[in-house]
Amino acid sequence: MVEIKECLRVRDLQAYYGESHVLHGVDFHVQRGEVVTLLGRNGSGRTTTLRSLMGLVGRRSGSIRIDGKEVIDLAPHKIARLGVGYCPEERGIFSSLSCEENLLLPPEVAPGGMSIAQVYQLFPNLQERAASQGTRLSGGEQQMLAIGRILRTGARILLLDEISEGLAPVIVQTLDRAIRALKQQGYTIVLVEQNFHFAAPLADRFYVMEHGQIVEGFEARDLESKMSMLHEFLGV
Amino acid sequence: MEVFGIPAQAWLGQILLGLMNGSFYAVLSLGLAVIFGLLNIINFNHGALYMLGAFCAWLGLNYLNIGYWWSLLLAPLVVGAFGMVLERTLLRRLYELDHIYGLLLTFGLALIIEGLFRHFFGVAGQPYPVPEALMGATDLGFMVLPTYRAWVVAASLAICLLTWFIIEKTRLGSYLRAGTENAKLVQAFGVNVPLMISLTYGAGVALAAFAGVLAAPVIQISPLMGSNIIIVVFAVVVIGGMGSILGSIMTGLGLGVIEGLTKVVYPEASATILFVIMALVLLLRPAGLFGREA
Repeated sequence: MVEIKECLRVRDLQAYYGESHVLHGVDFHVQRGEVVTLLGRNGSGRTTTLRSLMGLVGRRSGSIRIDGKEVIDLAPHKIARLGVGYCPEERGIFSSLSCEENLLLPPEVAPGGMSIAQVYQLFPNLQERAASQGTRLSGGEQQMLAIGRILRTGARILLLDEISEGLAPVIVQTLDRAIRALKQQGYTIVLVEQNFHFAAPLADRFYVMEHGQIVEGFEARDLESKMSMLHEFLGV
Repeated sequence: MEVFGIPAQAWLGQILLGLMNGSFYAVLSLGLAVIFGLLNIINFNHGALYMLGAFCAWLGLNYLNIGYWWSLLLAPLVVGAFGMVLERTLLRRLYELDHIYGLLLTFGLALIIEGLFRHFFGVAGQPYPVPEALMGATDLGFMVLPTYRAWVVAASLAICLLTWFIIEKTRLGSYLRAGTENAKLVQAFGVNVPLMISLTYGAGVALAAFAGVLAAPVIQISPLMGSNIIIVVFAVVVIGGMGSILGSIMTGLGLGVIEGLTKVVYPEASATILFVIMALVLLLRPAGLFGREA
């Protein structure tokens, strides 16, 4: 029954920005309901991997299957409509929209998304700031907004890029609680994280990237035995 | 009654005329602002498409017996559809490139469209009758109000406010505003951005065509009418700044009135006053009165 549970399968993914070849054959998979973390140094290709999954890089080849459907040639909006929610590294909060307008912006891509009330329950700060201009929010609030708005859409696969980056510990705790709650509700989550201590207790599996390739993949229970390898690759 | 030795009638008449010209500036610069916002294209063929709108009305009346009111609806649709074809086939290739390429391409298109119409219709102006319902004038006691001029101002304001409402208050408008900031991300949320871009360009040039039909009864319809007005409209856009929808509307109307008043006070300056203001604005506030500083 493994075939049915697999919801993301990436094979030999190559990606380019203009002339520069960034991903050199990335291979990994994610099971439904799993939290998988891509680890690696800056520039190892993790963000580009997420952007490639959404169809946001200039040129890409190889194979990306979402719930068994090949999406390598699909436009970004069609990929999103397969139930994929994307939270970019730079958060992408729109300054010409209020906090609530930002939250309401992404259209529904599948039934069963959270209601506004549920999003506010997860991130109470957002309710207080509903009428504020999106970019007037603090960094932490913007991050909550960037995650909250893709929970409304019914997307069940979440691609989250560096969500804990540059945030105060108390905010990181809120995000940690939110990710746990989402995991419990059966969301499939791909995390790109620099902050190993944030990602380590959340993930079911890890992949390590280096020079645009996956160099290692292991289960959470093997984390202890992999620490020296991680130390070498990431300096943690 | 006289103000500064000039009859109040003359002042009011010029203010109304200024408001009417300002309405054309407002509708045209609004279309330019909407297009620039989402497409990053400085749409230099806007004047040619305004001319195309007026010619649609004229051709419709003379060859197909389509009256003014139908033209007001149909010409924007025809020109909008034509604009969408241009966007799909030509403009689409330029989005990743510098502004200058879009400007050159649309400028070239303007020359081609104008050239074709000059070839077939010459440069002499064609008359277009004022529709019967809008003929005549009302004596308000303090001034005589020509019905058609009042209609132009009212119709332009209505269409500007409608555009403002769609952009600021609707869901489609929030896609547009967000798309102006980061189109790729909006598409990654599942919005069909390429289609939205085509429709936006179509709507922007449909506004130009709408202005063209409105202008048809008060100007001579000629292939050159677009290039005559577009330079002034670009001055309006520079003064108002590209960023703001309400800014384009207010600047268009305001400058129309200033131009009108200059005609009363010092007629010789009326053709240059806008460019003097443009120079001052560029010196003091380069992003324009309503523009966002980069």
